[in-house]
Amino acid sequence: MVGENSYLLKIRNLHTYFFTDEGVAKAVDGVDLELEEGGTLGLVGESGCGKTVTALSIMRLIPEPPGKIVNGEISFDGSNLLTLSEAEMRKIRGRSISMIFQEPMTSLNPVFQIGDQISEVLRLHEGMSRREAWNRSVEMLRMVGIPSPERRIFEYPHQLSGGMRQRAMIAMALACSPKLMIADEPTTALDVTIQAQILELINHLQKGKGMSVILITHNLGVIAETARKVAVMYAGRIVEYTGVRSIFGTPKHPYTQGLLKSIPRLDADHIRKEKLEAIPGLVPSLLDLPKGCKFSNRCKYVFDRCAEEPSLIETASGHLVRCWLYE
Amino acid sequence: MNANGNLVEARNLKKFFPVHTHFFSRAKTFVQAVVGVNLSIRRGETLGLVGESGCGKSTLGRLILRLEEPTEGQIFFENEDILQYDSERLRQLRREMQIIFQDPYSSLNPRKTVGSIIGEPLIIHRMGTKKEREERVLKLLEVVGLRPEHINRYPHEFSGGQRQRIGIARALALNPKLIIADEPVSALDVSIQAQVLNLLEDLQGEFHLTYLFIAHDLSVVEHISDRVAVMHLGRIAELAQSEELYRDPKHPYTQALLSANPVPDPTLERQRIILQGEVPSPINPPSGCNFHTRCPFKFEPCPKEVPQFKEIEPNHWVACYLYGPNE
Repeated sequence: MVGENSYLLKIRNLHTYFFTDEGVAKAVDGVDLELEEGGTLGLVGESGCGKTVTALSIMRLIPEPPGKIVNGEISFDGSNLLTLSEAEMRKIRGRSISMIFQEPMTSLNPVFQIGDQISEVLRLHEGMSRREAWNRSVEMLRMVGIPSPERRIFEYPHQLSGGMRQRAMIAMALACSPKLMIADEPTTALDVTIQAQILELINHLQKGKGMSVILITHNLGVIAETARKVAVMYAGRIVEYTGVRSIFGTPKHPYTQGLLKSIPRLDADHIRKEKLEAIPGLVPSLLDLPKGCKFSNRCKYVFDRCAEEPSLIETASGHLVRCWLYE
Repeated sequence: MNANGNLVEARNLKKFFPVHTHFFSRAKTFVQAVVGVNLSIRRGETLGLVGESGCGKSTLGRLILRLEEPTEGQIFFENEDILQYDSERLRQLRREMQIIFQDPYSSLNPRKTVGSIIGEPLIIHRMGTKKEREERVLKLLEVVGLRPEHINRYPHEFSGGQRQRIGIARALALNPKLIIADEPVSALDVSIQAQVLNLLEDLQGEFHLTYLFIAHDLSVVEHISDRVAVMHLGRIAELAQSEELYRDPKHPYTQALLSANPVPDPTLERQRIILQGEVPSPINPPSGCNFHTRCPFKFEPCPKEVPQFKEIEPNHWVACYLYGPNE
């Protein structure tokens, strides 16, 4: 069992709120996570659950105002990221921790060539000269599988396909060999065959460099194929946290169970055209959360204990659930 | 009533979009969006149309509705050649065929109330009195699972899933025979997808609808469709009963698509077919079989001539030289 000190990243009691005219949106409300070196953590949940805000909190990219990390500790490689100055943080972003985003078209700068965008990272963090950085960028593009990289490095984002742009973004993210890469829905906007290529690439690069990955997605298939540990988020909290096999084999939280039952499956052991079991209702607005357990108003097992918010309960070894059914 | 039960028949349908390099120039190149498609949709069925971006599936859907005019080919609805229709007859036809769009955010007029959006088709086609229209709108709201008080609200007050329900209500307003659902759930969260899919299935039974269900998510298409057609770069590569296609995919592209689809089961050991290279452009499609540049089974005849779309087993059609030469 991994000791407390050998985690690359440890998040404790993270609270990130957004202060709006309509009230306080508690986007992340008490999140604990850890990631060991070389590990892959999957962060799963639907829109509004707080997974992206968690990632942005790690990167200290939360816009202030209206957002604010009001509480918590994020220890990474020995330091608490939340106490670092902006200057110190800038040395970490893009170098020790990097991030790739969902929509490659909107996250790449449309007025700069790909070569410039990758070079920028290298010149900033590694002090390379223009020429050195450019040459290294060609190598990065080659590594991420872009054909004729010495030509394509001169292109602008709009000249590349979605899959290519995502590869370019991965090249940017990996240029300085980060210890941790955060991938926020990296393949959602891509076709399924390209998605397979990109996931394969991330897998391959991770093994090659011993990099840790946090993979954020709502696609359970992608999680099954890439993550080792999985945290399911709902309304700003982690509701289930365990290894990937347990999440799929023995899901405990009613929300996780509901999600698994609501997806159409291509594997053999199901009756086709049997109605999908949909979770009734909607994800609550962060400005109007139910009292007690945040899932209680949609849960088919709701009972009187649910009027009080449950804490994370350890059921089996390493399997945490936020649900009174397991008290 | 048509002897063989086909509601729609498309014969040798082609759609080429001109590419203008300058605003006033004559187009010298064309996007070959749909290239020689023969397809029929049987009354009462759900025909799934699956393929990656740029394959022409949305264009094919729009051609059937005559939202685009074909460059070549014929379209029959209930055995009548709808390309011969004048504008009056075409307007009457529009009562029989409706469309649900992918993006619930851009497909509803933000300045109209829900009641006005759903009622608009009734006004355009001069159906009923004001009171009758209002009653119909209320009934439609109920049918799609929304509430009567929603009639005076605006789209921005609803979630994505609810907006999609509004779009469905609008499509049902005129009691059409055929509904073309163009990626109706792609933009929705997983648990809401299940709700909307279940709704579409219920409505099909209740209102005797025929669906053309266009999507890129194979699991979703398999779940809801009776038959599935796989498109690649403007042509149909394979067509079969849903279970048959997934049990025994014959075209290498279908096999690759299925293989690339992430399955929510971490215990599954999969032999993945990762396609090499980029999706070719429909402006300059490969010669012969348009998949040959990425096909792991490419052999001698493939780049030379387009393979015929043949019925190689009862109700299982493929366009691939692996199953025999052209006749």
